[in-house]
Amino acid sequence: MTATETRAAPPRRSRARRRGPSRKTREMWLLMLPAMVPVLLFSMGPLLYGIGLAFTDARNTRVHQTEFVGLENFTALLADDEFWSSFRIGAIWSVSVTVLQFVAALGLALLLNEKLRGRAVARVLSVVPWAMPPVVIGLMWKLVYHPDAGILNDLLGTHVNWLADFSLALPAIIVVGVWAGMPQTTVVLLAGLQNVPKELYEAGEMDGAGSWRRFWSITLPQLRPVIVAITSLDFVWNINQFGLVYVLTQGGPGGRTRLPMLFAYEEAFRYRMAGYASMLGLAMAIVVLAVLGLYLWRQMREAR
Amino acid sequence: MKRVSQYVALVAYVVFLAFPLLWLLSTALKTPQEMALTEPTWIPREPTLANFTDAFGEQDLVGAAARSLVVALFASVITVVISLPASYAMARYRGLVNKIAIGWVLVSQVFPFILIIIPLFMILRDLDLVNTLPGLVVVHVTFTLPFALWMLQGYVRAVPPELEEAASVDGASRLRSIVSVVAPLLAPGVVATLLFSFISSWNEFMFALVILQDPDVMTLPLTLVRFTGPEGVARLGPLAAASLMATIPSLIFFAIIQRRLKSGLMAGAVKG
Repeated sequence: MTATETRAAPPRRSRARRRGPSRKTREMWLLMLPAMVPVLLFSMGPLLYGIGLAFTDARNTRVHQTEFVGLENFTALLADDEFWSSFRIGAIWSVSVTVLQFVAALGLALLLNEKLRGRAVARVLSVVPWAMPPVVIGLMWKLVYHPDAGILNDLLGTHVNWLADFSLALPAIIVVGVWAGMPQTTVVLLAGLQNVPKELYEAGEMDGAGSWRRFWSITLPQLRPVIVAITSLDFVWNINQFGLVYVLTQGGPGGRTRLPMLFAYEEAFRYRMAGYASMLGLAMAIVVLAVLGLYLWRQMREAR
Repeated sequence: MKRVSQYVALVAYVVFLAFPLLWLLSTALKTPQEMALTEPTWIPREPTLANFTDAFGEQDLVGAAARSLVVALFASVITVVISLPASYAMARYRGLVNKIAIGWVLVSQVFPFILIIIPLFMILRDLDLVNTLPGLVVVHVTFTLPFALWMLQGYVRAVPPELEEAASVDGASRLRSIVSVVAPLLAPGVVATLLFSFISSWNEFMFALVILQDPDVMTLPLTLVRFTGPEGVARLGPLAAASLMATIPSLIFFAIIQRRLKSGLMAGAVKG
């Protein structure tokens, strides 16, 4: 404002023109301000602060002189067997939950897209897990898996303590992950299916394509953008999963279900190694971004 | 033949989706004696509501539900109040800000919570907000905001700018036209966003776990988890009952939003 005033007065019209958008911009920032303050202070700020902490020896206590240590946390991370075991579990968990979720949701969406009796029931049921608090989903499945009072052992005629068994705990929580995450995926895929132009199927039928063939050459290619978007999101949500697994197993037995975020939580809030846990978070963020980037890049190249 | 296999598959899905829910319900209606049987039963022999009253009798649970309610109310109202003007700006003046806001929604999904929660915990500790409900409200507002903004700006966008222009032609001031023309049309969107924010806060576990460590200030999800100690089978009934009750707000939300989303309000407004 002051800059324009000290300069020689410009022709009237251009000045009026310049004033218009600047008033609008000011108005816009004013309207944005109340929302921006909390986001900057409690979300963007902490994120940058957290990235900074990853390069320090910060402890989560009041009395600690924090010092910059460069990549020390990173080398410690690479040498930490517990981290690698947690990373491996996280990879198995996120890939298998994402893939199973997708396959199960696609099947259900295809069924719901057909005119079947009783699909209304299935439609309502497929949304219910979405409406439940994650903690309740975890507690509910604990009741199902309960070694004494649970229904699963009774159904299968087994005597297994599912969530405490070294080799069964991870598959058991993967089932819960699929159950909990299926609704969003189903709803998104169903919306995608309903947007596939009917004419394509009619044309396919005229060309004598069977239903299997129509699925492969019409449905899947048409759904592709939706599939890429939802599987990417599912993957990110799954690898960052915390609450559900915390409720089910707290990472046990013997760390067999300790996803990276549970590991980081323990480091940060039990052992108070804030710097180390931040580096763990940063490393996971980089891995996620790399996997996503690669996946999206490949999908885009193939789509061409 | 194809139909048959489709029905078989549909039934399999229904069973997979429904059986944990039915088991939760069944557990909530059982007496402790029946729970202790070696052969679990699907249908309770003597269905009882005692578990629900027992859950109400637990001081911890009632207090925790009250605290969850307070936190969720404050968080949702604050979220909507501060995201309303911002969503209006995002919808009406598209451009850089809009792109940044959308970019932030995406980035905040990708970055693991641990990167944010450690510094956030330190900041809140310095502000003496750890172990307090206002501290949790602040966090819930911050993390519901991106999605609330996204929802609301969609609703604002659905209000045609012509309506505002028409009001100003009739001599209404800018503010006046927003208050008396845009606001009523936004009501369903505001309700939906309010409910969404309420549910997000009511259900939230992770941030609450970090910020509220004192059992006296814990919210409902935390207290439910603490409820499953090693005490054994006896407390499973009240736990199941409390879990069911904790789900009621979300179920109401989903029931309402399905009707609200398809309200024909807009069509009428433009035609009239």
